[in-house]
Amino acid sequence: MSAHVSDHPAPAILAEVNPAPIPRAVLVEHHRDFHWITEKICGLVEGKTPVWWWWCFGCASIVASFTVGGLTYLVSTGVGVWGHANPVNWAWDIVNFVFWIGIGHAGTLISAILCLLRQKWRTSINRPAEAMTIFAVVCAAIFPVFHVGRIWFAVLPGYLFPFPNSNGIWQNFRSPLEWDVFAVSTYGTVSVLFWYIGLLPDLGTLRDRFTAAGNVFKARIYGFFAMGWRGSNRQWSNYEMAYLILAGVSTPLVLSVHTIVSFDFAVSLIPGWHTTIFPPYFVAGAIFSGFGMVLTLMLPLRAICRLEDLITQYHIDCMCKIILATGTMVGYAYSMEFFIAWYGANPYEGFAFINRAFGHYAWAYWIMISCNVITPQFFWFKKVRENTTLVWILCIFVNVGMWFERFVIIVTSLARDFLPSSWGYYSPSIVEIFTFFGTFGVFSFLFLLFIRFVPIMPMSEIKAVIPAADPHGAAKH
Amino acid sequence: MKKNFGIIAAFDTVPQFYQACEQVRDAGYSQWDALTSFPIHGLDYAMGVRRSKVPRFSLAGGITGFCTGMSFIAWLGWVEYPLVVGGKPMFSPMFAFPVSYELTILFTAFATIGGMFFLNKLPMHYHPVMKAPQFVRALDDRFYIVIEANDPKFNAAATRDLLAKAGGKDIVEIEE
Repeated sequence: MSAHVSDHPAPAILAEVNPAPIPRAVLVEHHRDFHWITEKICGLVEGKTPVWWWWCFGCASIVASFTVGGLTYLVSTGVGVWGHANPVNWAWDIVNFVFWIGIGHAGTLISAILCLLRQKWRTSINRPAEAMTIFAVVCAAIFPVFHVGRIWFAVLPGYLFPFPNSNGIWQNFRSPLEWDVFAVSTYGTVSVLFWYIGLLPDLGTLRDRFTAAGNVFKARIYGFFAMGWRGSNRQWSNYEMAYLILAGVSTPLVLSVHTIVSFDFAVSLIPGWHTTIFPPYFVAGAIFSGFGMVLTLMLPLRAICRLEDLITQYHIDCMCKIILATGTMVGYAYSMEFFIAWYGANPYEGFAFINRAFGHYAWAYWIMISCNVITPQFFWFKKVRENTTLVWILCIFVNVGMWFERFVIIVTSLARDFLPSSWGYYSPSIVEIFTFFGTFGVFSFLFLLFIRFVPIMPMSEIKAVIPAADPHGAAKH
Repeated sequence: MKKNFGIIAAFDTVPQFYQACEQVRDAGYSQWDALTSFPIHGLDYAMGVRRSKVPRFSLAGGITGFCTGMSFIAWLGWVEYPLVVGGKPMFSPMFAFPVSYELTILFTAFATIGGMFFLNKLPMHYHPVMKAPQFVRALDDRFYIVIEANDPKFNAAATRDLLAKAGGKDIVEIEE
């Protein structure tokens, strides 16, 4: 069996052109070796449960109970317990849905798009970021599923999913809301699959370590999920191809998901929603908010678990720069919306935007502008990017700002539509506030379970980017 | 008595291991494998492994997904539930596209992973190499070459010699 010529790792041209060495940032500090990486990451799973974990887990559970309580009350009473009323019939539920689904997008960007772009710094952050994606999709899915009230109709017999039912009624496939059902459920499923495939080799490592330590119970559990992975290169060959293809399909997937989410608004006729800028603007905003959340989670994790050698200043720098870039894109989109509202000479469109900035919801609009447009501009400065506390605080502002962006888009447009006689002012009910507040608990609850029981970083990928992994001996230079 | 599965040798550094793989390939072995904790760049070439066939599964999955979406929505509009909404046609590939697009991706993902499991013969919870001493370090920091006894060129003494010359350590025979 002979390999194909094009498979050769070093093309023949290299001997002639002698490329100049490119200075690359160090991805793992302090010249850590393979064994150190294994010990560090497996140690977090194998060690005793730390006290801080129990405290956080307890708090997260209490906060999550707000969502459980809010949803129980909703299902037992009816959707009237939420503050929706004419003309604002879409409010916090879809705001929260878009907020959470947007957060998920950074995880897929890191795992898929940066993989295709061969950004090696993705390796140490992709696992927690993908976990964040999955948990964010779980939080997002709560809202569309529960807004139908009688949730048992959401799935079967089909308010959302097309299943044959005794009424003989089917979904309207011309509706972006139905596209959204497919986009979000595909996104959730593919994210889980992608995450699991990335986990396979690391679960194998844990299985072998638990076997060696004589812990049969855990060896069985991790072994079951490792599927018998043994690190054979013939397996790696198929594995890497599968991973590349998954990255290749996740890239158009992540872009399409938020595009379709934006279609929920853009395909309608409401002034302020009916704009063609929505898909790219929503995608940029999603990545912006997602990176805000990645850093919000990663900086405390890095400090508590002593991961400074793996999540280096270079990683933080890269993420801050992406926040800066996407935040600036979002700022550009805000100004372009205003420009087009004026340039389009549509009085309704023009009014919608003047009303956003200076109407009853101006407070929300200016929170959005200051958090999303001004906050990221601090990341131009190296001093700011190197101050992790400040970076964390700025990221919190990004999270807040992106929630308000969705609130502004959705609520201000509906509250002042075509007919002044139907204008209104929306305020959330306490049930909505509790339900949304609780989703942060649900998210933290899941994330804490993740950092306790799953290797939080892909060991196999980190090992592949250290100098010792170079088959031509870069480590010696 | 148990059958001999093959010989396993350990290597400590990637360059040494990479060259050893090239030597085993050049010696003409076909039933052998390299165990590593991470994918080593270019090792497929050093081992003579052909390009993976996973993409064929992916393509089949993608086409199935797209056709499923389009045909399902066409069937709903034309046959099962013809309903005029806003005077629009019963079926048009335009409005069926987003759902078909998502299903393309969904089916591609499942087919890719299914294909990868199929080609890798997973799940396989038992394999003789897992019994080898120090296998625990295969997915940690050492690199192993396993040459199977059913290889036509296998010869216990000569194979062991080849691995030792290539720099292999802790060379042991493993049972089926």
